[in-house]
Amino acid sequence: MLGTGTPTCAGCGALENIKIFCDILGEKTVFVNAAGCMTLLTVYPFTPFRGSWLYTAMASAPAGAQGVRDALDLLIRDGRLAPEEYLAVVVLTGDGTAYGMGLSATSAAIYRKLDFIYICYDNEGYGNTGYQFSAATPYAARTATSKGPRGYRGYKKDLFAIWAAHRPAYVATVIGTEPADLARKIEKAKGLRGPRLFIALSPCPTGWQFEPAKTVEIGKLAVKTGIWPLKEYLDGKVVHTRIPPPRGRRPPVEEYLKRQGRFTHLFSPTRNEEILKDIQASVDAYWEGVI
Amino acid sequence: MIRKLLTGNAAAAWGARLAKVDYVPAFPITPQTEIIETIAHWIDIGQMDCRMVTMESEHSMITAAGAAAATGVRVFTATSSQGFLYGMEMIYTVAGWRTPFVLVNVSRALSAPITLEPDHNDVLAARDSGFLQIHCATCQEVLDSVLLAYRLGENERVRLPVIVNLDGFYLSFTREPVKIPDEKNVKEFLPPYDPGETHFRAGDPISQGVVVLGGSQYSYFRYETHYASLNALGVFEEISKEYEEVSGRSYQPVEAYRVEDAEIVFFMIGSFATKAKDAVDRLRKVGCKVGLLRPLLLRPFPVKPIIRALAGKKGVAVIDQNLSLGKGGVLHAELSSALYGATDSTPVLVSFIGGLGGRDITREEFYEMVAVTRKASETGEIPPPRLLYTAEELMRMKGLQSIARVARQKGGGKS
Repeated sequence: MLGTGTPTCAGCGALENIKIFCDILGEKTVFVNAAGCMTLLTVYPFTPFRGSWLYTAMASAPAGAQGVRDALDLLIRDGRLAPEEYLAVVVLTGDGTAYGMGLSATSAAIYRKLDFIYICYDNEGYGNTGYQFSAATPYAARTATSKGPRGYRGYKKDLFAIWAAHRPAYVATVIGTEPADLARKIEKAKGLRGPRLFIALSPCPTGWQFEPAKTVEIGKLAVKTGIWPLKEYLDGKVVHTRIPPPRGRRPPVEEYLKRQGRFTHLFSPTRNEEILKDIQASVDAYWEGVI
Repeated sequence: MIRKLLTGNAAAAWGARLAKVDYVPAFPITPQTEIIETIAHWIDIGQMDCRMVTMESEHSMITAAGAAAATGVRVFTATSSQGFLYGMEMIYTVAGWRTPFVLVNVSRALSAPITLEPDHNDVLAARDSGFLQIHCATCQEVLDSVLLAYRLGENERVRLPVIVNLDGFYLSFTREPVKIPDEKNVKEFLPPYDPGETHFRAGDPISQGVVVLGGSQYSYFRYETHYASLNALGVFEEISKEYEEVSGRSYQPVEAYRVEDAEIVFFMIGSFATKAKDAVDRLRKVGCKVGLLRPLLLRPFPVKPIIRALAGKKGVAVIDQNLSLGKGGVLHAELSSALYGATDSTPVLVSFIGGLGGRDITREEFYEMVAVTRKASETGEIPPPRLLYTAEELMRMKGLQSIARVARQKGGGKS
């Protein structure tokens, strides 16, 4: 459904996510976009989308979605637009927007029970400006603004919990390298009304520093090691859709970390046992809380 | 037609009601709030059929306004001051989308220091945004301007959003007799919104607001929008004739009051111009040939009518209810650039700054401005911009400062 020849980087994990969304949502969509890597999908006079597109600004894509949704509903209500002209409104932003600048507009849109889908392609940093850390950056990652020996000193914000606390219709974490899980979740959301939100982990060859051919391998390891839990929120309950083997039987998180340039400082010139242990411990603690 | 005592805010709400707007994204801020309260009430009691959504900020409000207009409905919104500036990124953005809608700004001075009463620094910050600007002096003009603004912005040669500006407190909360036109007359003047090619629909997908790479494409679209804004001047003259036919009230891009044989002319915008009119009348009684020139349209700037009106005048007292810090009055700069080299005998321009943060401009000050301007025209020596402030005001200010000092010493605080 998504056209080829986009200017995204080779191996872009975000594009992998968006392709699947487009295939399942179909062409009766209007994507409302905020400033980020994917803004460059639609560069005058080309677009890879079969549906419509509106670029807003960094902070207010959900407000743009509100305006489009309300206007379409009014036009259909008054018979100024035929019911078959109905479009699904899809907000598309990166993590810089979703975890930070756009959080107020998103919170308000969920609160107003706006009927929309939100896709956050989460590449864990400000990718389009050269990969500076964002509120989505994981602990210890090296970014353009955390180049020290310990990398990023903060911890990834729990956006899933923040969104779910608003009690929207649906929230899910997904990744393009688990297409069956992703497709099932989009189908489920498609059948619902109200705010339906997705955080799509998006391995980023340029920001995370790995060969573009490794996107799938790294994405799969994110799930297998347990560092990227696949889950969904529906009817007030959180359900994990893929539970990795218990501690000791699942691959250690360093299998995921060591394949990415943004974590090489944890392995060379010397292994940083303390940080590696911390990261493993936080993954283990998470799953102990689940199981 | 009915005649009613209305505040400027209520007049703005009546404009939206008569325009049969579909959609009102809103956010409260003093002194604008009465507008959205009025509309919300009319919706509640079934007198207005539109959807109103209270957003979480003006930035989101203006985004939603532009997005809804881009989808093909008639949109109204309103704000003031800090809210206007909070939404400034989107003011530029939605103008670039070429989405016509009306934003009423109730002028209020900007922080810091934070205050409530008006001046024009807020609305002038959007001078270069692509929004058209209509500046009102009376409550009647507020209502009429909202209706004119829809016709103007929606015109196929224009397709731009429009700001209708009124002064906080002096107009927003002042009741004046306002003639409310009949619905059927308004319908004749302002038919339902025709969005043309601007829409989102399944059968005809479209991309709006997209990236352009390279200055050539960017320049093209910016120039195109500039021309669209310039077109609005001719369109305004056309539609105001039509509006006169249905309302009996005539508006020009620039109001010229007793300018014809005047030697000295006040040049200003907004509600304080009614004070200037009063000063003109009083000075005329004692044989002093003065007039008032007041642009209603500030964007596009009506250069030609202004040049025509000021040709052969001795002097112009430009009264700016704004201050471009480090330069001076914005209107003074606008007028200077319009007049420079335009005719053989350009009048002297004398710059006055007044009315900041709602400070009054008194009758005596208008007289004094005429005297200063006349002297400059006779001597050819143009004084530096005059910041209106009286000795008495300064004394009172010094008094407040000494109280603040004493209070601070007593409190022992260091701030």
